[in-house]
Amino acid sequence: MSASARARPILMGLLVPVLLIGIWQAIAATHLVAPYILPSPALVLARFRGELDGGTFGGDVLASLSRALAGFAIGAPAGVGFGLLLGLSRVAGRLFGPIFLAYRQVALFAWVPLLSMWFGGGEAGKVAFIAMTAFAPATVNSWRGAAAIPAPYRELSRALTLRRLDHLLLVALPSALPGILTGLRTALIYAWLATVGAELFLDIAPGLGGRLNEGRDKFEVDLMIVALTVLATLGLAFGQLGAAAERRSIPWRNR
Amino acid sequence: MTHAPRAALEIDRVGKTFDVAGRHVEALRDISFSVRTGEFVAIVGASGCGKSTLLRLILGLDTDYAGEVRLDGRRIERPGLDRGIVFQDHRLLPWLTAEGNVAAALRRSGLPKAERRRLVAQHLELVGLENFATAWPAQLSGGMSQRVAIARALVNRPRFLLLDEPLGALDALTRLRLQDELARIVRHEGTTALLVTHDVDEAVFLADRIIVLQPDPGRIARIVEVDLDGQRDRSAPAFLRLRDEILDTLGVRHAPRAIATAA
Repeated sequence: MSASARARPILMGLLVPVLLIGIWQAIAATHLVAPYILPSPALVLARFRGELDGGTFGGDVLASLSRALAGFAIGAPAGVGFGLLLGLSRVAGRLFGPIFLAYRQVALFAWVPLLSMWFGGGEAGKVAFIAMTAFAPATVNSWRGAAAIPAPYRELSRALTLRRLDHLLLVALPSALPGILTGLRTALIYAWLATVGAELFLDIAPGLGGRLNEGRDKFEVDLMIVALTVLATLGLAFGQLGAAAERRSIPWRNR
Repeated sequence: MTHAPRAALEIDRVGKTFDVAGRHVEALRDISFSVRTGEFVAIVGASGCGKSTLLRLILGLDTDYAGEVRLDGRRIERPGLDRGIVFQDHRLLPWLTAEGNVAAALRRSGLPKAERRRLVAQHLELVGLENFATAWPAQLSGGMSQRVAIARALVNRPRFLLLDEPLGALDALTRLRLQDELARIVRHEGTTALLVTHDVDEAVFLADRIIVLQPDPGRIARIVEVDLDGQRDRSAPAFLRLRDEILDTLGVRHAPRAIATAA
């Protein structure tokens, strides 16, 4: 594939955002909407520069990122472990499967009041909420991956008289790996979404969610648009990063 | 089959029924024969005659059946390293390389690492794939994958090589080439082989003795000794006569292609 052919889908993906910014600019230029309701793109860009230069913005981004990663680092591995247990052990699946499914039925934000009682509205409460959010998709996908080991492979394992540990290392875990990786990728995205939620609903602290609250309180729409754009961009980056890591981790595919 | 002086493997009045959607389906009825050490036995029959089911019983994957399958006089209870299996689908683990797949069969061998490495290399060479040791299964053709599977089945030096339509999924040219290979490999290893196939030509080409099964329920129609003086010329009159005889037994007179397409 030539460089121009590779660039084409990317360019097409940029078309709609650029068009939207154009419409936004056009509306702002008519002065029909007051700038404090809808500031022009130029004003928002200026705010972004200002935040980067003089403000706390770098620190806010860093605070949100480290919160997201801390929650992910706790919730995702725990979810993978729990999911594998559910998928690999029939007894564990029967014992813990129903209560996990019940847990999933509760909307995640419904846990916020309880978590803030237990862990407080500070850093611990926020990370606990992010970890809980990351836990669910990591569990579901690992569980599914581990439970769906093809019967022919299990038969092969028996024919080779593999012991439990060998079966786990040679057959079960590699077979579950695509599910595990999907779980980790999804958990990363969920952790990022939960970070903003935690920052919005729990105590004010440095972070992008905190800046959104600040924008609302001070009626600074330009700040809110800046924070939202950065959130979206970083979220997109997380998704891409996860997908790339997933492809990289399965060397036996697509050769 | 009482005339066999030292039968290594005895199939003694074996029957097997499956429950399919609440109905009893009889897959095998009163199957009795024995296999002598060093013999190459083929089991032929149309699909649905229970021939693969029979092989699963011998492998020890299924112990819920009537009658008895005995190895050296002892009932088979579970799979063992004395029996190597090649499935119709090569069933290589896609996340292990060719040598990794062969080495997986040595996990229970108790051999030291260096010895295992040597055995893996030796058996990949036996099937002509010494240059593909580090290839992923996805990079191998169907024929090459099946060669790896044959190496995996033989690497423990099993007394019995069980072949469950091992060439059934390959194209005609590859199949012919691998039949030659299989004959050479089994002779070289000196293993006792049990081949399940629907390809009568393949059975006549490879086997010393052919168990012909008929379906509904699967039972023995005939047992044919292949006495071609070691001359396995696929177009020799004696070869063709024997083949037609077996096709007759299967009810497919002078239409050799019909067997292949019926499966």
